[in-house]
Amino acid sequence: MKKLTSSFKNMLISLLSISVFSALTLGSVYTLTKEPIEKSKNAKQENAIKEVLPKFDHLSATEKIPVSAGDTLNVYKAYDKNNVFVGAAVETNSKKGFAGDIKLMVGFDRNGNIINYSVLEQKETPGLGSKMTDWFKTPNGKRDIRGKNPAINNLSVSKDGGEIDAITAATISSRAFLEAVNKAYRAYAGNSNAPKAQDANSGASPISKTEQK
Amino acid sequence: MSNAKFKIILNGLINENPTFVLILGMCPTLATTSSAINGFSMGLATSFVLIGSNVAISLLKNLIPDKVRIPAYVVVIATFVSVVEMFMQAYVPALYASLGIFIPLIVVNCIVLGRAEAFASKNSVFDSALDGIGIGLGFTFALTLLGMVREFLGTGKIFSMSVFPDKYGMLIFILAPGAFIALAYLIAIMNKLRKA
Repeated sequence: MKKLTSSFKNMLISLLSISVFSALTLGSVYTLTKEPIEKSKNAKQENAIKEVLPKFDHLSATEKIPVSAGDTLNVYKAYDKNNVFVGAAVETNSKKGFAGDIKLMVGFDRNGNIINYSVLEQKETPGLGSKMTDWFKTPNGKRDIRGKNPAINNLSVSKDGGEIDAITAATISSRAFLEAVNKAYRAYAGNSNAPKAQDANSGASPISKTEQK
Repeated sequence: MSNAKFKIILNGLINENPTFVLILGMCPTLATTSSAINGFSMGLATSFVLIGSNVAISLLKNLIPDKVRIPAYVVVIATFVSVVEMFMQAYVPALYASLGIFIPLIVVNCIVLGRAEAFASKNSVFDSALDGIGIGLGFTFALTLLGMVREFLGTGKIFSMSVFPDKYGMLIFILAPGAFIALAYLIAIMNKLRKA
């Protein structure tokens, strides 16, 4: 077949048909992948919640708790089989990262102690700030934030008079991380259904009445 | 496979290796090779687009008038890239997250448009497919190698398997300057080997 000449009609038809064909392809691929994309996003979130909470049976519907003007955090409350509140996972963030936003999932038990955390998104410097994914759950010196309660412990870097060792050479990232954690606690504590902090040893106390939904 | 066909593949892999010889597509090369697996997957994604666009453009070459060939090529390439992007997002979300913006940026990767213009628009469908495979393999090979070197020197791991403890790693190789240094050395070594 001979190559088409560059007449106006040929150019128009050729470009138009290529565009239409691409649009059709993209449309069908979009419908095809829409569900798996949605699923994988949900799975990621669910895994993060599971990672930061003790064993639970079911989650409450997502609650949006305002922590400051124009800033609301998602709180997922977890209950065991008997509908007893076991803890809450808070999806939190900080805009003070060294490079872009930091998004975390932080889990609190019923007393407000931090159980664990999981970094959902961060763009900190590789090898420095990016160490936050493990740093604050490593039992080494004053790094570990697990088991600490933001209401009792001062969760800020030691340079700022706090109790936590910052990541070596990444104080800004560490500050942003701890800011996000403290914000998560505010959302957790500001949640009217969450019980007030109580002695961890008297775990058997009847607290279920406040969490019934 | 006849010798001539085999040569087309080999050409992309060695003599016209897009990274080491043509020095094309430097942006994704430098940015995504902080680990071997990232470099490898970026190479594979680009290869897929390259093969697809080469075949499509070679099929369409007589239907596209000369004066609008570049916009036509760009639309074809962009379609393939979007398809790859959506599939990666759906089935390998972790990889998609780590390659991030560089997947959509394959659209403007000059290797892809360069091969469409220089090869696919002048050759048969089969040859164009082979050229896509060859150049794709060359790109994947180069990115994987660069990723391995940087990951090894930077964190002491190869494909995430520890070789020496993390703390002895040279951080600079994970960061941008290390990408340039490692790439320069690899190009020098490749040039030496090619001429030998």
